[in-house]
Amino acid sequence: MRYLPLADTDRQDMLRAVGAASIDDLFVDVPEAARLGGKIEGLPDHIGEMAVERELAGLARKNLVAGEVPFFLGCGAYRHHIPASVDHLIQRGEFLTSYTPYQPEIAQGTLQVLFEFQTQVARLFGCDVANASMYDGSTACWEAIGMARRITRRGKAILSSGLHPHYVSVAKTMARFTGDEIEYATPELARESDAAALLDRIDGDTSCVVFQYPDILGRCDDMSELAARAREQGALLIGVVTEPVALGLLRSPGEMGADIVVGEGQSLGVGLQFGGPYVGLFACAERYVRQMPGRLVGMTSDAEGRRGFVLTLSTREQHIRREKATSNICTSSVLCALAFSMHLTMLGEKGLRQLAELNFDRALYAAERLSRLYRLRMINKAFFNEFTLSLNLREARPVVRELAARGILGGVSLGRLYPGERPLERGLVVAVTETATREDIDRLVDTLKELLDD
Amino acid sequence: MTDNPGGWRPQRPEASERSVATWTGNRALMLEEPLSFEIGAFDRTGVDLEPADMGPEVRSSVPWEGAVDEVYYEVRDLMRRQPIGLPGLSEPEAVRHYTRLSRQNYAIDLGLFPLGSCTMKHNPRLNENVARMPGFADIHPLQPVDTVQGALELIDRLAGWLVALTGMHSVAMSPKAGAHGELCGLLAIRSALEARGDAREVILVPESAHGTNPATAAFAGYRVENIPATSRGRVDLGALKARLGPDVAAVMITNPNTCGLFEPEMTEISRAVHEAGGLVYCDGANFNAIVGRVRPGDLGIDAMHINLHKTFSTPHGGGGPGSGPVVFSEALTPFAPLPFVEKQDDHYVLVEEETAGEHHGSSFGRMVAFHGQMGMFTRALAYIMSHGADGLRQVAEDAVLNANYLLRQLDDVLDAPFGESGPCMHEALFSDRGFAGGLTTLDLAKGLIDEGYHPMTMYFPLVVHGAMLVEPTETESKAALDQFIGAMRSVAERAKAGDPTLRAAPVHAPRRRLDETQAARKPVLVWKNPDRAEAAE
Repeated sequence: MRYLPLADTDRQDMLRAVGAASIDDLFVDVPEAARLGGKIEGLPDHIGEMAVERELAGLARKNLVAGEVPFFLGCGAYRHHIPASVDHLIQRGEFLTSYTPYQPEIAQGTLQVLFEFQTQVARLFGCDVANASMYDGSTACWEAIGMARRITRRGKAILSSGLHPHYVSVAKTMARFTGDEIEYATPELARESDAAALLDRIDGDTSCVVFQYPDILGRCDDMSELAARAREQGALLIGVVTEPVALGLLRSPGEMGADIVVGEGQSLGVGLQFGGPYVGLFACAERYVRQMPGRLVGMTSDAEGRRGFVLTLSTREQHIRREKATSNICTSSVLCALAFSMHLTMLGEKGLRQLAELNFDRALYAAERLSRLYRLRMINKAFFNEFTLSLNLREARPVVRELAARGILGGVSLGRLYPGERPLERGLVVAVTETATREDIDRLVDTLKELLDD
Repeated sequence: MTDNPGGWRPQRPEASERSVATWTGNRALMLEEPLSFEIGAFDRTGVDLEPADMGPEVRSSVPWEGAVDEVYYEVRDLMRRQPIGLPGLSEPEAVRHYTRLSRQNYAIDLGLFPLGSCTMKHNPRLNENVARMPGFADIHPLQPVDTVQGALELIDRLAGWLVALTGMHSVAMSPKAGAHGELCGLLAIRSALEARGDAREVILVPESAHGTNPATAAFAGYRVENIPATSRGRVDLGALKARLGPDVAAVMITNPNTCGLFEPEMTEISRAVHEAGGLVYCDGANFNAIVGRVRPGDLGIDAMHINLHKTFSTPHGGGGPGSGPVVFSEALTPFAPLPFVEKQDDHYVLVEEETAGEHHGSSFGRMVAFHGQMGMFTRALAYIMSHGADGLRQVAEDAVLNANYLLRQLDDVLDAPFGESGPCMHEALFSDRGFAGGLTTLDLAKGLIDEGYHPMTMYFPLVVHGAMLVEPTETESKAALDQFIGAMRSVAERAKAGDPTLRAAPVHAPRRRLDETQAARKPVLVWKNPDRAEAAE
């Protein structure tokens, strides 16, 4: 086996050295009844490198690849072009095959990039500080709700109806066990978000208001008033961003007054990968830093006075605080954070702005053409690169399937995300990034026109 | 082993002068690298983008429908008016920036990485290749399930093999890493207990447990109590039995445990816990020691997470992404989280909120957006296929043999607190007993860095003073182990002799010891431009 360097002669020498007659002597502590012999049941025999490639390529071929068809899916995962250098750089063994940087003298590479990542995330989100990544956006969102509970010592979280329904599900699941109260209603196919309606719901029991921007239907609403009202009531505003590219064009939640901003970083550097691994972004105001979950990298100096970086404020973390830790997180998503940081560094201020404008332009073009169809209606008053159509006479779900049958991945039907919510079943969320060409958009419009008998 | 293989040790030490300062601060191949914020510029980019089809000039010439025109004006009110502060690098600068930084990291690719409990084994590059096949890497989690049948089949296949390897009943694939898997297991346990109207509030955890165990238990709403260990490094069965009662929801046990030892009374522990109405969670971080040789299901456990980034070789990436599927007993299966993959006739379906109602109404719900760490599943599956039913046992056997070899080659120079209690599993535990001159485990670890190694896990488990937990894994050759043993013996002897130079180690690393107190006292977590220099660029 090519991954196992020991030869049988080595094994014999080493067994002799440890005073064992056979390998079984080293497993004497295993209860006799639980010892297995021979081949493992239920698994095939090993195969070589070429055969593994062949077999997995066979499975891969059964999937419809996003890059090979006109593609318009979003709702929390976006297809952007990733510069070739990014993937090559994260595959350098020194990044790929290192551990969490517990020994900073020999981990400055990862630590410095994470420090750059924290700075980028904090600036992009308009916050003072950011951590070194979470698992993904949905878990970051839940951790932010828990953090707001610890800060305010209140247990009621109000979730905007525009929050990604999977994020809502995660919060509801966790709240059942922590005793938090979650206030949430499913969205309506309305032009504006529920920002204004939420204002009156914030009261003295509220720990936080969670507001997504752009939201699940692609709507963008200013959250400044929410921030002000939350502050008045002693609650926190948590901004959620599932499409960070939007912040190349739009003002950040932090700038609008959010106390904590979390998000999904998959858009930059990471790729779709059927939903994971992704990378959670987590930023907040400096005054809350000791309540943050996750790893933090800080700047310091070494014995010779050179600048260097270390993991810091670890007294918040499970390996020190155990049951009193701010989170149980250990391994997070560092390699994806590096990819995010690399992509953003290659874009820079100028590139990010251009990328965001290009997304907005393509989406405007698509919306302009689609909104001329008679049998649907565009919902949004505002959007960035994603908007929602309401089909007049049909459920969106079969339409999405029919589009797929014609080689177009045409969007996400809200029926999939909100099962059993009849008013939403006509909703089709269409995301248009820089990867969609004008021809792709035209093909979507023409095919949809035909399918809807428009 | 020769004392100076390849003649690497200097033959004329008087000729080596290592303290010559350079103008750049560089030391030949060890290149210093500023922050991207210090070398980048706001008008520089490493990405060429296509021009927009609908740029401002086009926009004014197109006959727009009112609705879309309005969108443009709405969004204009939300647009940024201030720069973000994100300097860019051109492509060659970026490649050099990250390549230089990468060289300041230690990695498995460079050498033995004996972090106990972390299982830093070789990361096969075949796995990287298959995970990047567009059919896996470039599919969206919300595509119609008919268009992702291959992905679902892959998840189903891996799930089936994990069940086979553990002898359990089912597996939840969505947890994102080990600690997330622990949470998944405890939430299922709590749901199962609540379903039978049994509100229990205590989780028992051995003193030697990973910090994630108590943190997870607290996160799941439980109170944590410790179970003591015996002098042989095992769970004290008598003390455990005495503590069991109607308030104990579960015990969380790591097996093989964090002292590197198998819990020989595991079956008895499970029986006692079950008799008292509780459930057994097993932390599977150390599954690598027993894969193919022992099925946890045969030991009576109810739930266990598997770190794909340990046992199944997916790269650790400097702190993730990981993946922590959780296997369940039959009793806990109905409570497993959504979503999961099921095969119905020849078709794979994704059981989500919508379809869960009929058959999986007891599920405790969703833990994460989408369906788990697909990129890690692909890698882990390729790893299992490469070893197969005929080869995976050898992984555990070689991992255990390597650790025992290290233990016995070092236990005359380092104190092995449980060395007398029989063979270890995949990791060997030592203490700092006998160190002189105030030298500590930390000093020994830093000395190992100078010898070209990543240190072992330090000060864990807490039950041993100055603990050093060494896990070589199965992917090290005997020659690599022998060289590590030589280095370890040398540093250990210095520590026992009270060699004061060890306190200054490392001297050959990219950085000397870093001031962690300064970092924590006045945390600097983001870069702040020192003056207006950046704005002037």
